[in-house]
Amino acid sequence: MDTLLVIGAIVILALIGFVMGRQRAIARSGGDPRALHSLPNYHGHFVALWAAVPALVLVVLWLPLEPMLAMNAALDYFQANIADPGNMDTIRQSKLALLLSLDQDATTIDLSELRADQYALLQTEIRNMAAGTASAGHAAFMQEVADYYAGYRNISYILMFAAGVGVAGVGAGLAWRRIAPDMRARNRVEWAVTLFMILCSTVAILTTLGIVLSLLFEALRFFSKIPFTEFLFGLHWSPQTAIREDQVGSTGAFGAVPLFAGTLLISFIAMCVAVPIGLLSAIYMAEYAHSKVRAVVKPLLEILAGIPTVVYGFFAALTVAPFFRDVGESIGLSVSSESALAAGMVMGIMIIPFVSSLSDDVITAVPQSMREGSYGLGATKSETVRRVILPAALPGIVGGVLLAVSRAIGETMIVVMAAGLGSNLTANPLEAVTTVTVQIVTLLVGDQEFDSAKTLAAFALGLMLFVMTLCLNIIALHVVRKYREQYD
Amino acid sequence: MNVQTKDSEQDHGYPDTTVGKPILESDIKVAARDVSVFYGEKQAIKSVSLDVAANEVTAFIGPSGCGKSTFLRALNRMNDTIDICRVTGDIRLDGEDVYDRKVDVVQLRARVGMVFQKPNPFPKSIFENVAYGPRIHGLVSHKSELEEIVHSSLERAGLLNEVKDRLDTPGTGLSGGQQQRLCIARAIAVSPEVILMDEPCSALDPIATAKIEELIDELRANYTIVIVTHSMQQAARVSQRTAFFHLGNLVEMGDTETIFTNPEHRLTQGYITGRFG
Repeated sequence: MDTLLVIGAIVILALIGFVMGRQRAIARSGGDPRALHSLPNYHGHFVALWAAVPALVLVVLWLPLEPMLAMNAALDYFQANIADPGNMDTIRQSKLALLLSLDQDATTIDLSELRADQYALLQTEIRNMAAGTASAGHAAFMQEVADYYAGYRNISYILMFAAGVGVAGVGAGLAWRRIAPDMRARNRVEWAVTLFMILCSTVAILTTLGIVLSLLFEALRFFSKIPFTEFLFGLHWSPQTAIREDQVGSTGAFGAVPLFAGTLLISFIAMCVAVPIGLLSAIYMAEYAHSKVRAVVKPLLEILAGIPTVVYGFFAALTVAPFFRDVGESIGLSVSSESALAAGMVMGIMIIPFVSSLSDDVITAVPQSMREGSYGLGATKSETVRRVILPAALPGIVGGVLLAVSRAIGETMIVVMAAGLGSNLTANPLEAVTTVTVQIVTLLVGDQEFDSAKTLAAFALGLMLFVMTLCLNIIALHVVRKYREQYD
Repeated sequence: MNVQTKDSEQDHGYPDTTVGKPILESDIKVAARDVSVFYGEKQAIKSVSLDVAANEVTAFIGPSGCGKSTFLRALNRMNDTIDICRVTGDIRLDGEDVYDRKVDVVQLRARVGMVFQKPNPFPKSIFENVAYGPRIHGLVSHKSELEEIVHSSLERAGLLNEVKDRLDTPGTGLSGGQQQRLCIARAIAVSPEVILMDEPCSALDPIATAKIEELIDELRANYTIVIVTHSMQQAARVSQRTAFFHLGNLVEMGDTETIFTNPEHRLTQGYITGRFG
């Protein structure tokens, strides 16, 4: 009893349809392939599509609907045949009564009056018994209901199999009959392919939209508890809210400014490391390095991108941060053991390959004729790079840097380990700061109620983070459009 | 300077002939002796010796792949930018060996400018394109001087009247012929002595080509010009001397008139009359 079997049968039918469609096209052409509007393969694809697509759509619609119908039928059966007053003694003594916490003096069960959680529990028990995975000790009447449910599903499965194969066969047959030399099979198949591609891109767009909307609605719930202005302009972040009335010291403060300040500080430090190093190594790699050096060094540099961020995280926390603290002590500066500087530096190193790899690509893409034009005028290599190549490659470089910035802002693991949790509002890179992503993590790990202001704050933070990167992208687009030097 | 030996003549099977008027020793601007160019293992130029006279237009003709562009690029060491390329022999500009260790390639290229096959203005404004060379060579100290150079270069390239109202618009927005004249103006702006032109009209329509040819004729008064061309008519129209290359060898060189009316070698005759190429 497997859905895969149905899908397999449909696919086999589609394959048979392909072969037969192709043969029919060849046969109808009378041995002269030029008499066909479309190549025989397109006729084959045409039949295969008609066999597979409607049948698969049917199966996909059937799959979620069918267990629902079966469950409704089973519950109706339970209501009609089991839950009558004559059976109530048995029911009251059964495990079910315990599970549903029925009143011991109840004379009847009305399923429509059950609480939502009881109702769901009953359904789960029926489903588990039908699958044979329920806990032991259920009364015989439950088995009866479960059997009814299983039987219903069996019939439904056979029906689905028959319907799927039937639809596939009918579709293939109809399409097969339509094959004629002047049938525009190619146009139809390509239309279907186009439609499929549109569907795929729609999925991506809808997913994004779904994420944004869910962020938005949860954030709105948060803003109904905490005023928007307090969140946006508040200078104090302390998300502990009182769970019990008598708890003290947990009033909750949701001013996000320290978090965004921390995020920006760490990202800024990271970019200060990544942009010069990445850009200069890209220029060296693209313009100066011998091709043999390039072939070795470029992959080596890209290995940096392959190191898991958690490794960077403990590298930052256990090696870099103590090093900075010791150096700071030796020159009389007080550096906290979790500092923005350590996290930012390590994050910068992580981001180097983003900047260098993308910049390298765009620098290499600048036409050779630009370089020759410059060299031909007696420009040196560095003059050529500074005055011709970098301006021409600027849009791509800015794009790479922006990608790196978004990466830095969204990076979590390194800052969780190395930046600390203290929400200090400071511009001093030697102190511990916290970032938006760190706070989202700490808000959501552990046991949480998902309707308190504390957890909802995570959604608000996520939304702000999203808006922030979006704004960055829009600004960058404008900058690039304004300053780009178009070379073709 | 080396003189071609009897052996090398026999190797190539080409006579070492210069037809027409010989160049006076004092008029020689560029002298190449036994120049060979290799791309890795492949020899693209085989021991070529020729002289380019000052204030003349010298045309290099020959079928595709004969090495005339490679030879041209050897003259200002543009081949240095290609990793696998190697040049042997002796090329002298005003008697100085251009491949000498002491020669600064940057200064060499300022003296020997180049115009390429495809117009390649920088993605900057028209003004900045022309100002590029003077700026990097520090030829000017005042903005007014720079403007002066830009204007005179554009004027000499015959472009000033067409663009003087839009010097701040991108050079890439000009038409193909205008772009090529902009590239010539850009080359002139650093006051080179020699201008190398690598098929400068091959991407242009006949009207733009005529303008460039006219310009080349005018520039001859002040510059020594070497032009690679695929068009026999162009070589005949603009040049005073012509060199015919074939498979990396210099077949013959001489007065353009003589080469086109009375070539020594049957390969030359075959090429200019269109029997092969």
